[in-house]
Amino acid sequence: MMNPQDEILKKFQTVSENPHEYARSIKEQTGKKIIGFFCSYTPEELLQAAGVVPFRLFGTARDIELAESHLQSYCCSLVRGGLEDALRGRLDFMEGTVFPHTCDSIQRLSDIWRLNAGFDVHIDAVMPVKLNTPSARKYMVDVLAGVRKDLEKSLNITITDHAISESIELYNRIRSSLLSLYRMRSRKPAVIPQSAVYHTMKAAMVMDRAEFAKDLEALVASLEKLPVKDVETVRKRIMLSGGICNQPDIYKIIDKAGGEVVWDDLCTGLRYAAGFIEESNQPIEALANRYTRRIVCPAKHASITARGESLLAEVHKQKIDGVVFLHLKFCDPHAFDYPYLKDFLGRENVPSMLLEIEEQAPPEGQLRTRFETFIDML
Amino acid sequence: MSDMNKKTVDPGKDNRKIKSVSRMKEIMTHYYIDAKTARESGKKVAWITSGGPVEPLIAMDVIPVYPENHGAMVGASKMGVDLCQKAEEMGYSSDLCSYARADIACAATQGGPIGGLPEPDFLVCCNNICGTVLKWYEVAARYYKVPLFILDTPFIHREMRKEAQQYVMSQIEEYIAFLEAQCGRKMDYDRMTDVGRLAVEGLRLWQAVLDTAAHKPSPITAFDLFFHLGLIVTLRGTQVTVDYYQGLLDEMNERIANNIAMVPGEKYRLLWDNLPVWYKTRWLSDKFASHKACLVADTYTSAWSGVLPLIDEDRFLETMSLSYSQVYINISHDMMIDKLSEMIRKYDADGLVMHSNRSCKPYSLGQYDLQKMVMEQLGIPTLIIEADMVDERHFAESQIETRIDAFMETLKS
Repeated sequence: MMNPQDEILKKFQTVSENPHEYARSIKEQTGKKIIGFFCSYTPEELLQAAGVVPFRLFGTARDIELAESHLQSYCCSLVRGGLEDALRGRLDFMEGTVFPHTCDSIQRLSDIWRLNAGFDVHIDAVMPVKLNTPSARKYMVDVLAGVRKDLEKSLNITITDHAISESIELYNRIRSSLLSLYRMRSRKPAVIPQSAVYHTMKAAMVMDRAEFAKDLEALVASLEKLPVKDVETVRKRIMLSGGICNQPDIYKIIDKAGGEVVWDDLCTGLRYAAGFIEESNQPIEALANRYTRRIVCPAKHASITARGESLLAEVHKQKIDGVVFLHLKFCDPHAFDYPYLKDFLGRENVPSMLLEIEEQAPPEGQLRTRFETFIDML
Repeated sequence: MSDMNKKTVDPGKDNRKIKSVSRMKEIMTHYYIDAKTARESGKKVAWITSGGPVEPLIAMDVIPVYPENHGAMVGASKMGVDLCQKAEEMGYSSDLCSYARADIACAATQGGPIGGLPEPDFLVCCNNICGTVLKWYEVAARYYKVPLFILDTPFIHREMRKEAQQYVMSQIEEYIAFLEAQCGRKMDYDRMTDVGRLAVEGLRLWQAVLDTAAHKPSPITAFDLFFHLGLIVTLRGTQVTVDYYQGLLDEMNERIANNIAMVPGEKYRLLWDNLPVWYKTRWLSDKFASHKACLVADTYTSAWSGVLPLIDEDRFLETMSLSYSQVYINISHDMMIDKLSEMIRKYDADGLVMHSNRSCKPYSLGQYDLQKMVMEQLGIPTLIIEADMVDERHFAESQIETRIDAFMETLKS
């Protein structure tokens, strides 16, 4: 018989590898509606409060055909792959989609999606791009209140403050457990493989959140009991930085090359998990506060050096030996930040490398050589 | 050999030359000299995005400098590839906007057609045209270590919501406060009112110039407008701009009276979408002219005056901010198609040519959908040219020539 942590991790991996199948089954079992999203600025807490399962979209990397007639080739694989899935009917279990404003490509995808994908629900959350002024914060609150209203109208329901507060509590539980998992792994990397953290993160963005919270808490509790030595000496500590990572193989290849991914600044990683929401009687304001304080995405503006400073701080705190920038090709916000972030790290003698992912990651042999060369250098 | 390469005697060529061109060059030269010598004359220099509100800068006597205008100059002088490569060596991806790459490289090397732009005292970035400018101006703010003001104009997917209007209007107050802090003096609101009136007058005259292309044959082409656009972008809100466009308008009306066609024997009228291909404007202009096709209008040069109906000159600051949020490139495809259809009808265009510009995702992504809408709703042929506004490495000349020829054959049949 499997021990409890392996059982939970296996469940997360199954969901992570077949998210569409999972979504279909949960819809059938619970009758809950499913709403898709692309970005960690999506106010999931409101979707959860609306009784909906928020479902992160990762986009297919294979056989882009239908999306070709809507999107040029100079557009990232997430946007093209997401549209391909929608146009092929692979997302037919979804009621619709919420599009927060992020980059130029997602902004345009929202229109193309609304005009072609045929979902009933389509909500644009045109959030502020700057997060560091009082008027931007006020506007953030207004936009979140607008999303609440749009959801109520689209789904013909009422979302009470109480439901939002409950949802916030649930998300705080999830996020604090995710952070515990990250911290535990940073201290004792041998506790579970990084690919298991990857699957856990993906499951976090897909699964019925109440079910996931319970599983995750059980996982963390049983991992904490495991007798694992605290320090790993020879392996190099790596941090990933970028947008989405939908490539579980990368962790394995880095692992084989002698590296250990112990921390990240990814939209599908710590940027998703970071940021506690105050549990107050003004839940919408509390949500806005999390977005304005959380680690910033490069498509948003907190200050001209906010990302560099937070990257360096984490590098020091987590005792990182090297940073791997993991960028989707044609992702403008990340590509613009790369030279300055590399420079910030370079000034403190922290080596970094850039891996640009097109539709799919480069072949394993090539990747392995690149990682080995990089890790040897550390 | 194609028609365009044949040397033929063309007695009308002198008549077709736009006389205002030399005046425009004179104004732009003075403007750049002023900007380059701002330090000596004790004036402040602000870099500002092309869609940004320049009028308060003019009212505060700040010299506005436009990295995008500079990008266009780099492209037109065919220095784009070299500069873009320099930026790539600095670590900037070759997939990034070529205006931004060229400008970043110019700053670092004092290169380009005018040896780099005058250094900014502060930066004003309005994201009504793209998210790229935000990243580009962050780069500039770090490089020059100067303050950055961001005017955040929420994208309009179906309607401009009330909360977005309030947000934009409150930022105009913040913008003025920022300028006052940078300049160390208060805004003179009487002056601001005058500048606002001049801006509106300039926009009206520019729109009137664009409107002359509705005449058959057209006295002007979009390729000319790309050049004459300069002042409405850079020096909107000044008397010199008003006078210039009045002169240009008079010249166009005279041409109409004398029945002078910019494309001799104009037979086909086309609409252009997206930014120009700066290093190939002459080539494209000759190519279309060889088919007796005139590009009578475009969605780019009309973007500035396109929001005129939304501006009330008596409430200039307030309405300006709302109107700038609603420019052509900051609205959804289903809102764009209405404007596109209106233009196609107004200028009686026979076809639509779309530049799929890999430097400009917000302008280009969705063009395939717009193309389908135009064909279905208006039944006119369309052509998409895959290229880039400044980076010539993305211009496949023979392929594009073949596609233009084939497109023109469809139009002729």
